[in-house]
Amino acid sequence: MSDGQTTDSIVGRGNRDGAQLFRDWFENMTHAPERSEKSAYVFVMGSIAEILRVFDFHTVFPEINSLQTAVRRVAHEYLNIAEDYGYSPDICGYVKADVAMQLQGGKHPMGRIPKPDIAVYTNACNTYIKWAEIWERMYHIPIFTLDVPGTRQHLGQTWPGHPDFEEDKKYVAAQLKELIATCEEVSGKKFDIDKLREIMTHANAMSRAWKRLLALNTNTPSVFNAVTDGTVYLGMANGFRGTAAGAKYFNEAVEEMEYKVAHKIGTLHDEKYRLIFVGVPCYPIFRRFNEMFAEWGGAFVSSTYLWFASGGTNLGVEYDVNRPLDSLAEGVLISVRHAMDSMFFQHQTLIDMVKPFRVDGVVYHPIKSCRTVSTGLADNRRSLLEACDVGSLFIESDMMDKRVVSEAQLKNRIDAFFEGLATRKQMAGGR
Amino acid sequence: MAYAAGVDVGSTQTKAIILNENRQIISRSLIDTGANVVLAAENAYAEALKARNLDEREVEYIVGTGYGRYKVTFGDTQITEISCHGRGAVHMFPGTRTVVDMGGQDTKAIRVSPTGEILDFCMNDKCAAGTGRFLGAAAAALEIPLGELGQVALQAEKAVKISTTCTVFAESEVVSWLGKGKKIEDILLGVHQSIVSRSLGLMRRVGIEPEVTFTGGVTRNVGVVTVLNEMLGFPVNVGEESHYMGALGAALFAMDRIMAGRVPVDGN
Repeated sequence: MSDGQTTDSIVGRGNRDGAQLFRDWFENMTHAPERSEKSAYVFVMGSIAEILRVFDFHTVFPEINSLQTAVRRVAHEYLNIAEDYGYSPDICGYVKADVAMQLQGGKHPMGRIPKPDIAVYTNACNTYIKWAEIWERMYHIPIFTLDVPGTRQHLGQTWPGHPDFEEDKKYVAAQLKELIATCEEVSGKKFDIDKLREIMTHANAMSRAWKRLLALNTNTPSVFNAVTDGTVYLGMANGFRGTAAGAKYFNEAVEEMEYKVAHKIGTLHDEKYRLIFVGVPCYPIFRRFNEMFAEWGGAFVSSTYLWFASGGTNLGVEYDVNRPLDSLAEGVLISVRHAMDSMFFQHQTLIDMVKPFRVDGVVYHPIKSCRTVSTGLADNRRSLLEACDVGSLFIESDMMDKRVVSEAQLKNRIDAFFEGLATRKQMAGGR
Repeated sequence: MAYAAGVDVGSTQTKAIILNENRQIISRSLIDTGANVVLAAENAYAEALKARNLDEREVEYIVGTGYGRYKVTFGDTQITEISCHGRGAVHMFPGTRTVVDMGGQDTKAIRVSPTGEILDFCMNDKCAAGTGRFLGAAAAALEIPLGELGQVALQAEKAVKISTTCTVFAESEVVSWLGKGKKIEDILLGVHQSIVSRSLGLMRRVGIEPEVTFTGGVTRNVGVVTVLNEMLGFPVNVGEESHYMGALGAALFAMDRIMAGRVPVDGN
C-alpha cells in the first residue's frame, strides 16, 4: 500500500468508525424492547457499565441522547415540549430534552430510545439524582444512587494505602455489592464474576489507550481537535466501555494519532494558537463554534470536558482483575472523584498543562443551563491567570438552548481574544 | 503623505476617523447607523473624506470595526471594537490601564497594557441592560431629549433607587416612580447610578486599575461621567474624541499597517 493510501485509510478513521458504531448503537437500542432486552439509564460521570454489562443491560446515556438533539438542530422542539409540560427555561436542557423524549415514547432523531428498567447514577452531578426521580415517577423503576466521596479540599485527594482512601473505598465497595443485588433482581440473572473480569479487561485496554490518546496532543501540530473529535471519543468512551469493540476502537485511534504525529498531520493546515477548552461544548452551533476558532488558526489541544464527561477515565486507571470488586471500587472512586475534580478543582491541572501542551490560551465556556459545570469558572480563570502568562477567553452560551446562543456576540469576543493573542505573540517575538 | 482611516459601525451610530502619518486626526464624521449598515459605513467615510477634501485614493488603509465591521465593504481588514477602544484610549491617554466603553447596546470593561495590548475584557451579556439603550428608554419614558438627560439628573436632590437595569422594564419602573410622586431629576439620577453601577461590576471583573478612560457614545452624557467619577472615587479620562475612540483605534491600526508595509496583526 502506498503512503497516500495509508493516509487515506488511517487518517479520519476514528471519526468514521465512531460515527458508524454510534449509528449501530442507537439502532441496537431501538430494537432492544422487541428482543425483551433490558435497559439501564446511566450517566457519563460514573456509568458503572462494568457491572451493568455483566447483566446484559443496554447502557442508555440520556445526556448523549439529549446533546444529539442539539447537534441535529432539533433540541428546541424537545425543550418547547418540556417547557409546555411545566419545566422552567432555567433548568438543565439535557433533562428537559429527555423529559420531552419520554413524553413522546422515546422518539429521537437517531432512533427510538427504550424505556428504562433501572437507573444507576453517581452523585457527581446533583441533577442526576432529581433526573432519575423523574423516571422513577414515570415508570416505577428502581433507581440507584452510588455515593462517591469527592475531594474535600483543593489538592486534598488521598490514594490507595491511605487510611482515608481505604475507608472511602469500603464505602463504595459496599454500595457496589448492593447494586449487584439490585441488578440481579431487575435482570433475573445471576452475577458472574468471570464475566466482570472480562469486561474489566476491556475497560482496562480502553483506559490505557484513552490516556495515551490524550497525551499525543502534546505534539505540534495537534493531531485531534479536543472539542469536535473529542466529542466522538467521549461517545465511544461512554457507550462502549467494557466492550471488545470499545477497546479496539481506542487502540486504533491511538494508532491513527501516532501515524499523524509521525507524519506531522495536524487538525489544521496552519496551527497558530494552541487552546484548552473548559466546560461543555456549544452543541446548538457545534460546527460553527469550532470554526470561529479554527478561522484564526486556533486548535483545541485539550478540554476539561474530555476528563469529566469520560467519568474521569482519562486518568487511565486500570483494574486488577485478580481482586475484581475491590479493584472496581478503587477505580470508580478515583475516576469519579477525578471527574468531579475536573469541574470543581480543575485550575491546578490546567496550570500544569500549559507548558507540556504549549498552550497559548484557555477558553472558558460556562453554559446557562448547567450551573454544576459553570459555577466557579470565573474564579478558576482568575487563579489560572495569576499563575500563568496565557491568554484567556470567557464566553457564555448553552449546550442545548439556541435561544441563549448569540453567534454574533460570541464571534465578537472570540475575534477580540485572537487579536489579543496575536499581539502577545508579536510582543513575545520582539522581546 | 499617507492617510489611514477607521470606520466604527456601531448599533446606534457610525463613526469615521482619518489620520495623517503623524497619527493626528485630520477629519472625522458621525452619523446614525439606521437600517442599512453598508450605506452607513459608506456615508460616514464619505463625510470624513469630504470634510477635508480628500480623495479616497489618498487613504492607503482602512480598518472597519464595531458590530458592523464586516459591512465596511471598502475596508482592508476588520478588527473588533474591543481592541480598537483599547488602542484608541491608550493613544489619547497614555496612562490608561482600564477602559470602560458604553455604547448603544454594549458596555465593555477592558484592561490594557501600557502599549495598548488587551490583557482582559468583559462585556455585558446578551441583553442591553446597563447600556446606552437603558438611558434611551428612560429618556423616552420621561419625554426628555437624550442630550439633556445628564444635566437634568445632576439637578437631583436625592436619587431614587432604580432596582432594574433591564431596558425593557426601565420604562415601567420610571413610570411607577413618577406615579409615586418622585421628582424627575431624582428618578433620572437613580437611572444614571444604576447604569454606572452595572458598568462598575464589569470593571471589577477585569480589575480596576487607574487611569480609567471612558469611551463610547455615553461619554457625551455629563451625568454618567459625574456619577462614574463619584463611584470610582477618582476622575476618569474623557475627552472630545471619546465618542470616536473605536474609530480612532481602528485608524491607528490602519496606520500601523501602512507603516509596517501592511503586515497584518495576525501575521498572515
